[in-house]
Amino acid sequence: MMITLNINGETHAVDVDPATPLLWVIREQIGLVGTKYGCGIAQCGACTVHLNGAAIRSCVTPVQAADGQQITTIEGIRRNDGTLHPVQQAWIDEQIPQCGYCQSGQIMSATALLMENPSPSGEDIDRAMSGNVCRCGTYGRIRKGIERAAIVMAHEAVVEDTGNG
Amino acid sequence: MGKWTRRAFITTGLLAGGTLVVGVAIRPGNRSAKVARLIADDGETVLSIWLKIGSDNVVTAIVPHAEMGQGAHTTLAMMLADEMDADWSQVRMMEAPAHKEYANYALARGYELGDMDFPAFLIDTIDGIFLTATKQMNLQITGGSTSVATTGMIGMRVAGAATKAILLEAAAATWQVPAHELHARNSHIFHDASHRSAPFSEFATAAADIDPPAKPQLKSENEYTIMGTSPQKLDIPAKVDGSAQFGIDTVLPGMKYAAVKASPVFGAVIKSIDQSSIEDLPGVRKVINLGDAAVVIADGYWQAQQALDRLKIEFTASGNEGIEQSTIFQQFSKAMDDATENKRNTIDFKIGNTETAMAESSHFVEAEYKVPYLAHATMEPMNCTAWMHDDQCELWLGTQNPLGFAAEVAAAIEIDQENVIVHNQYLGGGFGRRAFADYAIQAGRIAVQVPYPVKLIWSREEDMRHDHYRQANISRFKASLDSSGKPTAWVNQFVDKHDPIEAPYIPYGIENQLIHFADAETHVPWGFWRSVDHSLHAFFTESFADELAHAAGKDAYEFRRDLLANNLRFRDVLDLAAEKSAWYEPLPGNRGRGIAIHKSFGTIVAQVVEVEVNNGKVRAHRVTCVVDCGFAMHPDGLRAQMESGIIYGLTAALYSDISIHRGAVAQSNFHDYPMLRMDESPQIETYIINGGGRVGGGGEPGTPAIAPALTNAIFSATGQRIRELPIKHHDFNRGNPGAKDIA
Repeated sequence: MMITLNINGETHAVDVDPATPLLWVIREQIGLVGTKYGCGIAQCGACTVHLNGAAIRSCVTPVQAADGQQITTIEGIRRNDGTLHPVQQAWIDEQIPQCGYCQSGQIMSATALLMENPSPSGEDIDRAMSGNVCRCGTYGRIRKGIERAAIVMAHEAVVEDTGNG
Repeated sequence: MGKWTRRAFITTGLLAGGTLVVGVAIRPGNRSAKVARLIADDGETVLSIWLKIGSDNVVTAIVPHAEMGQGAHTTLAMMLADEMDADWSQVRMMEAPAHKEYANYALARGYELGDMDFPAFLIDTIDGIFLTATKQMNLQITGGSTSVATTGMIGMRVAGAATKAILLEAAAATWQVPAHELHARNSHIFHDASHRSAPFSEFATAAADIDPPAKPQLKSENEYTIMGTSPQKLDIPAKVDGSAQFGIDTVLPGMKYAAVKASPVFGAVIKSIDQSSIEDLPGVRKVINLGDAAVVIADGYWQAQQALDRLKIEFTASGNEGIEQSTIFQQFSKAMDDATENKRNTIDFKIGNTETAMAESSHFVEAEYKVPYLAHATMEPMNCTAWMHDDQCELWLGTQNPLGFAAEVAAAIEIDQENVIVHNQYLGGGFGRRAFADYAIQAGRIAVQVPYPVKLIWSREEDMRHDHYRQANISRFKASLDSSGKPTAWVNQFVDKHDPIEAPYIPYGIENQLIHFADAETHVPWGFWRSVDHSLHAFFTESFADELAHAAGKDAYEFRRDLLANNLRFRDVLDLAAEKSAWYEPLPGNRGRGIAIHKSFGTIVAQVVEVEVNNGKVRAHRVTCVVDCGFAMHPDGLRAQMESGIIYGLTAALYSDISIHRGAVAQSNFHDYPMLRMDESPQIETYIINGGGRVGGGGEPGTPAIAPALTNAIFSATGQRIRELPIKHHDFNRGNPGAKDIA
């Protein structure tokens, strides 16, 4: 069955079984391998992508459900000018990743959180991030990274509002 | 001057384009436990370090270690760069190619390593050094927390210092000035008197003709400029934008995907496969019977896994089908009873005379502890892409032991090891699991049956059920105390000893000790699991030490401190942990603090956990961690490893339980083998003591003490002593958690 996927602003037509999890289509048909397989049952969050701006687990989302929708993966969150998203930059500044395997999913959950809630409380962060497992135990640094990114993004918003830097 | 008494060989050479190459080979002459795993059975292992200085003055270090999040690449590069006085921003790191005789044979073959074409004269020199020694070497392991402690201290630093020495000598000859008037800084050489300076690369050609010093002068600690600082890790940028390549991300032209199902019961084999059950499914290419596992190859992974799930497979009985977790623990108990009754225990450590000491005492404490099997559950499930072509088998995967894997795959598919090429990728978690080659062997055996590359991916369920597990164990203790509460004898018995050998040993000044064990092998595959035997023995010994403190009527910290009077380094670590955790500050009801200290891989770690037990739920709020690894090469990296080891150990202590049911692992995925998550993650503060001496490891020592620190805190909060892990099996509603006397 032909499915149309809009991924990171590009349109792809793929011929796949409509029940195939979006994860495997993104990785194998589209060739974007930054989105990871961890558990296949929405328990670990390594496969997190945005569907119309909301964080979803692509390992349990049939590709059919994403037909014609806007999908964003880790490869698509840089700024238009090619610079890193403030969350990505915060991940470097706080030296968060260790093995790094879960971090695409962590970053996608964190960016979705900050889009919806620009100044999350500690509890908000816990709630948004507890679906993402990190076996290297980077949780404390992730929390700091989100707080740092929130401050940077709030500052950027002020700069934009006032029209000058 | 750092200590390095082992035999070292240093060679130099020049590549086309004026690139200087310096190689250092170390043959550890000391078969200490720390390096035992790096040494093959009959021969000696060479740690081969190479560095090159390009015409652009970029220094590239090539090291035989995998990066799995522990920061080895960055820290090792720092050690080399510091000794060279290189400009850190102009230092690069490459992982060595995984090949037997990597240092010579592979390079002689023109191994594709960027622009590295080694001239013939160099090959001769290298062969003389490496060939004999590397013949026997099939180990290139990243494990045992050895990267910095061994490769770094006796490899990277020597390579850097030797390179600086010949560059200075070459500059002195070129400029016609005495060498002692020169100094190196930021990848340049300076002659202050004549105001001359030039980049390293300018002297590469001349340096290549100079014999390097056999024992180059290493910096003393006060001369370090990079070591001891925390530059950003080299691997992190690729890990924030999805571009880091893990084994599972390998893509090859015409590649197919494979899913695998091994017999759920360890030891059973396939009796029959009914291929007709999946013949009609789309995308399915081939079904393979590997003897102990069935494989489906398809155009996509999901198609392969779906088909495999529907494939009718019958397994033969192995004789293990009746084994339950309870029967395994009964087996352990019986083995211990029998060994004691028949005086068949193997003595592990003995000082003084525990029998005499106990005969003189009237105050005894006894306890028995139990821990379960544990899985590694790396975030990236086991996977390997294999391609058999032109008599070669190429493998793309993440491994902690590239050379060992090449040897094992070669043996399994009966080709020469030279024809197995391992392309090591980033490891999505190692923790010891990726030191076992089973998944690579499967991929190799699949590859020989098909003309195309195949990416084999284990499902999470397969990964959970076919791990190499941290052993389950029982440990029994009996101690005697004198009238002042001081322990006079310590007797400990457990089952099955692996390594490191010192894992069950205690730092405390107890005059009479007997540590012994009984053998009780099971059919469950054993594996290295972050900190290996330390992960269980620290829980046993530090729980029992806490029980002794309680029996003696003493404070848990002070009791330990008194027993460390002759072990001042431990005492300093313990003291700082107590101070930073505000040990004596009263806590609200339902809260308690627990302390534990343990040395592993040359590094002493003390941890204090502050726990709350409320409505039956255990929550670790805060962890104070003090670490002394001698010298912290990359302090932030060491802190990150402590944080990581703590979360890994807390997860295990609270939740992890692999249990055997009908001969197979009962758990299958994160729903029944749960992980600690952000909302339960404690605040962690790490304090570093640079105690000096031999540098210890960083990747594992954060794990062992955290379980007893937590359970000791639970005892402090509730009066309930946890003698069996995981904690989730305990009911805290039965007791009276609020009854603690804070005063």
